[in-house]
Amino acid sequence: MGRKLDPTNKVKRGPGKKARKQKGAEVELAKFITDEDTGPKRLSSRARKRAAKRADNSKNLKEVPKKEPKKGFTDENSKWLKPTKRKRKADEAGSEDDSEELWEESDGDEDEEEEVQLQQKGSKGPAKPEIKEVEGDEDDKDDSDEDMVDDYGALDDGSEDEAQEEDSDAEDLLPIERAAKKEKKLKKLMDLGSEDDDDEDEEEEEEEEEEDDGDEKDEQQEEDMDEDGTLETNTDEVDRFRLPDPEDSEKEGMLSLDLKSIHQRIKDNVDVLCNFSAKREEGKARGDYVSLLKKDLCTYYSYNSFLIDKLMELFPLSELVDFLEANEIQRPVTIRTNTLKTRRRDLAQALINRGVNLDPIGKWSKVGLVIYDSSVPVGATPEYLAGHYMLQGASSFLPVMALSPQEGEMVLDMSSAPGGKTTYIAQLMRNTGVIVANDANSERLKSVVGNIHRLGVTNTVVCNYDGRQFPKVMGGFDRVLLDAPCSGTGVIAKDPAVKTSKDEADILRSAHLQKELILSAIDSVNAESPSGGYVVYCTCSITVEENEWVVDYALKKRNVKLVPTGLDFGKEGFTNFKQFRFHPSLKLTRRFYPHSHNMDGFFVAKLKKFSNVVPTVPAEKEEEKTDTTEATASPSAPKDLLSNYDKKSKMEKRDGSKPKTKPNGTTFKPTEENKSKSGPKKAKIAKMDGKGVKAAGVKKPTVKADVKNEAPKSDQNEGSRFEKKQAKKRKKPTIVKKRLGKNKFQKLKTMLKKHERE
Amino acid sequence: MRPLTEEETKAMFEKLSKYIGENIKLLVDRPDGTYCFRLHHDRVYYMSEKILKLATNFSRDKLISVGTCFGKFTKTKKFRLHITALDFLAPYAKFKVWVKPGAEQSFLYGNHVLKSGLGRITENTMQYQGVVVYSMADVPLGFGVAAKTTQECRRVDPLTIVVFHQADVGEFIRNEDTLT
Repeated sequence: MGRKLDPTNKVKRGPGKKARKQKGAEVELAKFITDEDTGPKRLSSRARKRAAKRADNSKNLKEVPKKEPKKGFTDENSKWLKPTKRKRKADEAGSEDDSEELWEESDGDEDEEEEVQLQQKGSKGPAKPEIKEVEGDEDDKDDSDEDMVDDYGALDDGSEDEAQEEDSDAEDLLPIERAAKKEKKLKKLMDLGSEDDDDEDEEEEEEEEEEDDGDEKDEQQEEDMDEDGTLETNTDEVDRFRLPDPEDSEKEGMLSLDLKSIHQRIKDNVDVLCNFSAKREEGKARGDYVSLLKKDLCTYYSYNSFLIDKLMELFPLSELVDFLEANEIQRPVTIRTNTLKTRRRDLAQALINRGVNLDPIGKWSKVGLVIYDSSVPVGATPEYLAGHYMLQGASSFLPVMALSPQEGEMVLDMSSAPGGKTTYIAQLMRNTGVIVANDANSERLKSVVGNIHRLGVTNTVVCNYDGRQFPKVMGGFDRVLLDAPCSGTGVIAKDPAVKTSKDEADILRSAHLQKELILSAIDSVNAESPSGGYVVYCTCSITVEENEWVVDYALKKRNVKLVPTGLDFGKEGFTNFKQFRFHPSLKLTRRFYPHSHNMDGFFVAKLKKFSNVVPTVPAEKEEEKTDTTEATASPSAPKDLLSNYDKKSKMEKRDGSKPKTKPNGTTFKPTEENKSKSGPKKAKIAKMDGKGVKAAGVKKPTVKADVKNEAPKSDQNEGSRFEKKQAKKRKKPTIVKKRLGKNKFQKLKTMLKKHERE
Repeated sequence: MRPLTEEETKAMFEKLSKYIGENIKLLVDRPDGTYCFRLHHDRVYYMSEKILKLATNFSRDKLISVGTCFGKFTKTKKFRLHITALDFLAPYAKFKVWVKPGAEQSFLYGNHVLKSGLGRITENTMQYQGVVVYSMADVPLGFGVAAKTTQECRRVDPLTIVVFHQADVGEFIRNEDTLT
């Protein structure tokens, strides 16, 4: 029908519902029937400003008159009716102000206003170049700044202004479109605004704002702008993560920072470092970014800087943050079914009946269950007390699975408290054979005894020795499990004190103890065992010093070799790391991380002993050599690490002798030297000892030893002749002559002696 | 570690026979080898002879436990049976008591079993007979001493004690320290 024209109907104004309803016919008509009588309309302050803007725009724009006829506006309206594109810009600028005003109103916080103001100003600045096409918006924005300033006192009128603006905007866009656009803007600003809210306390307003501006600008550009090369570069400039200047850093140091902002900064920093060439700031080195990241990580996750350094060396940056995050939350609770008393199926059923929510742990284990949640305490159910299961971390299953003890074997668990692994070994052996469960800490042994009895293990002897004493107390085991005491960097989730308490000395101390223990473990194993001869070394640490280095040390010092662990998942161990160069078979070891495997950080290595002979003699010889050759004493250690060598301990001797040749100035060719077993060289070595090389040869059960034997025997005469000289040489640092020269000299001597005899 | 003397052996077997009667010989002569009892730090350990041989390698003060601990001799040379022996008593028990689910928790906390919590009881149980306590799911929970004969149990009112508590599996958590 049509709306009735009711002149007495007053149009509702204001923020309420009625104002937003469809206006009556009067209003609609009034829009089309413009009264010239109205003359100079009484404009609101905002309208006035808008008019001023438009006036400026019309001056600047030459295109405006062209566009008008297209749009179909009357000439009379040309002053205040602009083509939609520009109008949008202006409106958006205006609406931005509006929405910000609204937001300000709702929060009613002057600090935020200031921030927003600064933000606005900041955004306007970089935005200027991009808006050159759409002219006049600079002025718009300036005006809106003025609006901002003006509207401090008129906050309450902000809503009215909005309504008025809505009225005037109706021509350009449908109200619905208008409202949608405004909502979008509002939403964006609210998101940014909430960030700003949190940053209130922060003093680094500038940096944050620039970042936020960057984000905001980004969104604006995505929405409004056409693709333009200049615009994109502007985005990059503004969006970039910027390092704080030294003054800012000082400011930071003095004032406490908000955690959220640090977190944001960490993310940005990592982002920059990942695409360094693209996103870097000119003039700033990578080291600056890295050092800032380290500082932030230390603050945010509460680590000491030593540990962060270590973790940075181990992980690439993206993984590092994942790792740190994973350390903040607990790993899921897991239990292990005691197959001596029950089956996993039955246990799961019984626990579900009690109200426990659980699942099998994964394909890799037939006895593990992971507990999601439980209405009863998992460590106190009658099934637990009856010994049907044991609370055990998932990572602790792994070394026992790697060890795979067989029935009837003799197994040693050197560091057994609290007894989870021992009882797992027992259940795998079905209570046959013998297990010796040892621990150095008598307090913790009580839990071992308790767990053993509770789970119904009958074949175990529990003792309280220091692990290093072990081969003396008892040896000849088929398998040995060594879960060495460590720094605990893999179980930070369980013990957050590790974050701040560990430093270089702790790690090295642990490493030293672990090296001693692993040698004892290897010595306790019987290599001739029909079914075994295995040592499994594991730690709950992720540092290379405590893991690969210790295993590598064992490979050098004993007749063992690494074998596959039998665990088909997990990361391979390192063969090269910083200054370390390990034996290539270290790839057979396995590393587990909380962030990638959802279990505690762990390291597992399985060694097989292939000979019961303990290669201690070359070690002694080496000691003597190092005593006598003072010059070569120091370089021998690092050279051992750096040079390639065979795992056979004999090579150590050659390594020890290598440094002797270095002062000579000859090029160091390890392969040549290693292969060559020249007589004089051996003779020299023999001389140094004063003992016969025969003894050494016997103890080394390899072919090479035989070759060695032959050589020194032939030279023993010469050896005796040169002993005095050698004795002299021992005191001085040896100046080694070229072998060729030596040979000739010796030959000459023999000739002379022959002549003398003759 | 030393073998038990005559008196000690007698005292221990007497206690054990209260629960398992003449099945004690089944404990000693087992199909998978001979088992024996040894005394170490006043505690009686039950182990196979294979383990016995190996255990002699360890010095007395460093050895903590061998095989299974059955119980200990008190200062006055009385033998006290520990919960750790449950695994060996349960299969050979002559008199059994089943406890209702509601009373399970109470028994595991160390309380006596009341008539209201009694589910089943073997026939012809004498008064002060050693009994092994089970849950309704046939899970052994501990052992005790029957306070009333089976006949009397039927008659008495619900709040009277029918089984005196001696040991229960809850002790693994409550009394961890006394196990060693």
